[in-house]
Amino acid sequence: MGARAQMPPGPVAFVLPVLLLGLWWALTRNHPDGLIPQPGQIASEFVDLAGLAGNNDSFSGTLWLNLLASAERVYGGFLLSASLALPLGLLIGQLPLFRRMLDSTLQVLRPVPVTAWQPLFLILFGLGSHTALLLVTLGCFYPILLNTILGVRSVEPRLLEAAAMLGVSRSAMFPKVVLPSALPGIVTGLRLGLGFAWVVIVVGEISGVRTGLGAMITDAREVSRTDVVIAGMVTIGAIGFLSDRAVQLASRRVLRWSPRHGADG
Amino acid sequence: MALMAEAIAARERAADPVLAIERVHKRFTVSGGEVEALRDVNLEIGRGEFLCLIGASGCGKSTLLRLIGGFEQPSEGRILMNGKEVRGPGSERGMVFQDYGLFPWLSVRRNIEFGPAARGLPRDLVRAAGERFIAMIGLARFADAYPHELSGGMKQRVSIARVLANDAAIVLMDEPFGALDAMTRERLQLELLTLWQGTRLTVLFVTHAIEEAILLADRIVVMSPNPGRIAEIVPVTLPRPRDVASPAFNALRRELALMLHGREAGAAQTAIG
Ligand SMILES: Nc1ncnc2c1ncn2[C@@H]1O[C@H](COP(=O)(O)OP(=O)(O)OP(=O)(O)O)[C@@H](O)[C@H]1O
Ligand SMILES: [Mg+2]
Repeated sequence: MGARAQMPPGPVAFVLPVLLLGLWWALTRNHPDGLIPQPGQIASEFVDLAGLAGNNDSFSGTLWLNLLASAERVYGGFLLSASLALPLGLLIGQLPLFRRMLDSTLQVLRPVPVTAWQPLFLILFGLGSHTALLLVTLGCFYPILLNTILGVRSVEPRLLEAAAMLGVSRSAMFPKVVLPSALPGIVTGLRLGLGFAWVVIVVGEISGVRTGLGAMITDAREVSRTDVVIAGMVTIGAIGFLSDRAVQLASRRVLRWSPRHGADG
Repeated sequence: MALMAEAIAARERAADPVLAIERVHKRFTVSGGEVEALRDVNLEIGRGEFLCLIGASGCGKSTLLRLIGGFEQPSEGRILMNGKEVRGPGSERGMVFQDYGLFPWLSVRRNIEFGPAARGLPRDLVRAAGERFIAMIGLARFADAYPHELSGGMKQRVSIARVLANDAAIVLMDEPFGALDAMTRERLQLELLTLWQGTRLTVLFVTHAIEEAILLADRIVVMSPNPGRIAEIVPVTLPRPRDVASPAFNALRRELALMLHGREAGAAQTAIG
């Protein structure tokens, strides 16, 4: 790990994106009015979406509102999910009774994808932004839960023995040994969960809401504004990436002690 | 003269038992039956004594140490620490593991302070204990480093300091230097001896290496396998510091090799020595 992992990705990270962009440009440059817009058209659409061009179509200047609406649902759903999945994961990981009681139910529900839940959620919670938020909550739930359980369960028996012989009582074992041991797993779960949140939000906003990046993409598709669709995709990619970077930076501070996380997150 | 003094001091230490192992048997149920890991083990360990436990692989050395540590319960018999029966792990019996068992999320300082802090000592005492033992093991420069940033020898020093800082009366060491290179091992052996001589510490030290046992111990407990039991207890009366090249050292080495490996091995030791 060490030195190499700590190095910033550097110029090599840009090779593939530049190649892809070049390929895109080369394939579309002779078809200014083709089905796939040109890179330059996406760029100018971005300027308009941000409200800086004044094309005055129905998408002009709507980027910020949509971004804000999506971010609210993503982080709201993520926080709600974490506040349920973390304690539940700790309980299931630590207490065999909880494990026996909940494990099979959770395992049966797990393979059901968020998209399959959506119709039911719309009936249960109605059309509106809280349904999108709850879908995000569901989408983050399992990564956080499972990684928390795994973190708690993979505490090294040797460390429990070491703590016991140093005078840690049975009841103090959880905060003093189990929780810090589980932290890398918990952080991994949170990171994966937040990543899923940005995936799920588009599904969550396909129907029932008027704002959000998912709604923007859905609306744009209906009126064949592929440039807006792609601008929305790029926005989601970028914001998801930045959001993961922030979590990664924060977790590096918390997991400085871990050779696997401290350096390269 | 020195020889007499060493022998007398060792006998005095043995006469004041801190730990008594009485008729201890240990059986494990494994797939397909039962393993008798220990049969009728009786042993008294004196306060301040340095005892080495040696024997073939599988003869129950670790099992005996884990019973004393309180991590396992005897199937029969009992273990008394200062007259009180051992029922679980406790801070008066510190364990030094071969794989260190340091808390990876704590710095060297916090690892050493862990025991005193866990037992609820006042903050200033905890800090003082930390400072003292960091200095004792010579790791002041690494006080804020995390375990993964240390070498094996440094980790084992921390793990020893951790039990000493916690006022352990007896230190149980299961092949603590087994994973270290020869040079580091020799240095740590000497450091351990110095530490032991400077305190009234009782040490129970498991090793595979005959030489290590002779270098360190007041008495060497030789165990034999199938079932694990104590075969012999050999007092080492050589004056300290012990000279590994001396004839007396070599004679003892041959004697122990014979006990452990039988005739051929004893002969081989003679040829080398
Ligand atoms: N938890 C356990 N469950 C089942 N059998 C065990 C357990 N612990 C030890 N044993 C058995 O008890 C016997 C003694 O094992 P132990 O680890 O004490 O030997 P040892 O002298 O420390 O060996 P080594 O020198 O290889 O470390 C072995 O036969 C081993 O398989
Ligand atoms: Mg062993």
